[in-house]
Amino acid sequence: MFIDFFYLLRSYGVPVSLTEWMALVEALSLGLAHSSLYGFYCLARTVLVKSEAHYDRYDQAFQHYFEGIETSPELTEKVLEWLENALPPLRISPEERRQFQEWDLDELRRQLEERLKEQKGEHHGGGRWIGTGGTSPFGHSGYHPAGVRLGGSSVNKSAVKVAAERKFRDFRTDEVIGVRQFEVALRKLRQLSSRVEGPADELDVDETIKATAEKGGLLHLAWARSRKNTVKVILLMDSGGSMNPFVHICTQLFIAMNRASHFKDLRFFFFHNCVYDYIYLDPTCRPRNAIETESFLNQLDPDYKLIIVGDASMAPSELLMIDGIIDWSMSNSEPGILWLKRIAAHFEHAIWLNPILSEYWEWTEGAYTIARIKEIFPMYELTVEGLDQGIKKLKVKK
Amino acid sequence: MPENCQLFVGTKDYIAAEELQNSVNISAALGRPLLIKGEPGTGKTMLARSIAEGLQKELIVWNIKSTTKAQDGLYIYDTVQRLYDSQFGDHDVSEISHYIKLGKLGEAFTSPEQVVVLIDEIDKADLEFPNDLLWELDVMSFNIPETGETITARHRPIVVITSNAEKELPDAFLRRCIFHYISFPDEKMMKEIVHVHYPDLEDKLLAEAIKAFYWVRSIHGLQKKPSTSELLDWVQALTVGGIDPEKISSELPFLGVLLKKDRDFKVASQQMSGRVPNRKAPMRSFWR
Repeated sequence: MFIDFFYLLRSYGVPVSLTEWMALVEALSLGLAHSSLYGFYCLARTVLVKSEAHYDRYDQAFQHYFEGIETSPELTEKVLEWLENALPPLRISPEERRQFQEWDLDELRRQLEERLKEQKGEHHGGGRWIGTGGTSPFGHSGYHPAGVRLGGSSVNKSAVKVAAERKFRDFRTDEVIGVRQFEVALRKLRQLSSRVEGPADELDVDETIKATAEKGGLLHLAWARSRKNTVKVILLMDSGGSMNPFVHICTQLFIAMNRASHFKDLRFFFFHNCVYDYIYLDPTCRPRNAIETESFLNQLDPDYKLIIVGDASMAPSELLMIDGIIDWSMSNSEPGILWLKRIAAHFEHAIWLNPILSEYWEWTEGAYTIARIKEIFPMYELTVEGLDQGIKKLKVKK
Repeated sequence: MPENCQLFVGTKDYIAAEELQNSVNISAALGRPLLIKGEPGTGKTMLARSIAEGLQKELIVWNIKSTTKAQDGLYIYDTVQRLYDSQFGDHDVSEISHYIKLGKLGEAFTSPEQVVVLIDEIDKADLEFPNDLLWELDVMSFNIPETGETITARHRPIVVITSNAEKELPDAFLRRCIFHYISFPDEKMMKEIVHVHYPDLEDKLLAEAIKAFYWVRSIHGLQKKPSTSELLDWVQALTVGGIDPEKISSELPFLGVLLKKDRDFKVASQQMSGRVPNRKAPMRSFWR
């Protein structure tokens, strides 16, 4: 039952469960794959994959698994000639169908190759040879629930080719995408105050009506505790020059954060490459619009969730040395890394989002400082998937 | 295929891609809800109408709002009416079943014929909403504790659920659904779609409009890309305005029909003056 396709999908990161697999088996036994690999491709995708973000992985896994199954061009051409003069499509009864419940594709492929060796010419309507209208598993317009479709007019593209097109690539969540997706991810960042604590000070109208009605009209007031989102967030963004290539993605995150109306409190701060004695209130990072990092820490309670956005790429001296600060006119009495550690120690929940994709973290020019900062803050790439993971991390204490 | 052998192939005013037709038929055959996602304006809601029309079944629409509770779809116990009745004493209030009103799902279950149920924009509701419907959609039956009655579907309805991905749907719910993502139509398909709505359109105008439309969509940095419905409006505007097809790409008349946001409008106008291809920020190899 090609169960290894199930495991292959999982290893490609498509979260397939047994429930869905059983549904696929049921669908196959109903003949919903229309005895073509393309039909199977659509069927399996619609039943097994539950997010467009996973379509691309599915395509890859499908391509991997079925690559050998697809007939080679020279093979098809020869066979297509035989198939030219087609019989009308064949209808088949369920009893007959049941005989063909074999689904081993390796076996099918082997048989197809064997049969190709044996068969010397056109053939239509039978049950064994490659041709049209019959019940042989090879050919088109025929009926074999486990057949390999070779050409034919109904579906003229091959499933593996469709898979190979990978047209759903854009929907991968580890791809960098827009504001809306960020908003969706941010919405997960909520923590409702519990209904168990606090005074019951809100008139529960529904409950009151219900209770009164149940008492046959005798007024009975019901009270409830109100629930509110208690999440408070700080967004601390690097606005240094090395962030220029990432302005677009950072702006999108910024817009998404701004639009997220469900936070109890949301603050924005900025820094240039690394945090030192001062933290800036606007992206231009000018000294007159700055507050002392010390007072920043004092003002903001440790229960704020801190999201730092930056490429963490700088000269090692900027991170590790006194007066390593990049601005000529400024000086710092303590190395930046100390400040980063202080910030990390202050906030109970903090993550670092890096617009550089994680696969490059070890190779980019900032690799050294990235590695050092990664030790201090849990670092995720600034993509929808990275933000998702980061937000999961933000929900639990370090 | 059990129960119904009818296959959905789209209707004359709704062009369904073959993959989408497959998904609909699979969902109907397996008796599982079909979850539809896709960009706004790709015809998610229209799909259910088209299925109902194509298979000649009644359509029951359940529009979900942020305040909708799963219970509302099953039945509502109108306690307030009962309260009034008891106070004025002109009705017999001892019979609770008079005050039970079936919701949209309840209606679908009790219908003497198979119906198509559209649960529209399920992601608008509370996070727990889909979970609360799991059991009912699985076994297609529910119990009314007030009267002790159990409502079971006479015919499993074809359930179509649309989502705009505003909220993540729970995994347990997804496992029970058939999923289809409607991808944005390509130019060829788009031509067919426009043609269905405006059969008398000049070929030249249509081709130019579609070319310009996809160019606008390809502009980098738009906040809201124009969708099918905007293209349809635009085509109409172009026809009514009697625009020369030659001028469509170069002047983009009535651009406001396609782009609804000030910023997008500006971005597009800038791009138009230079007609530069989408630019990507150059990657700098040093930091500063």
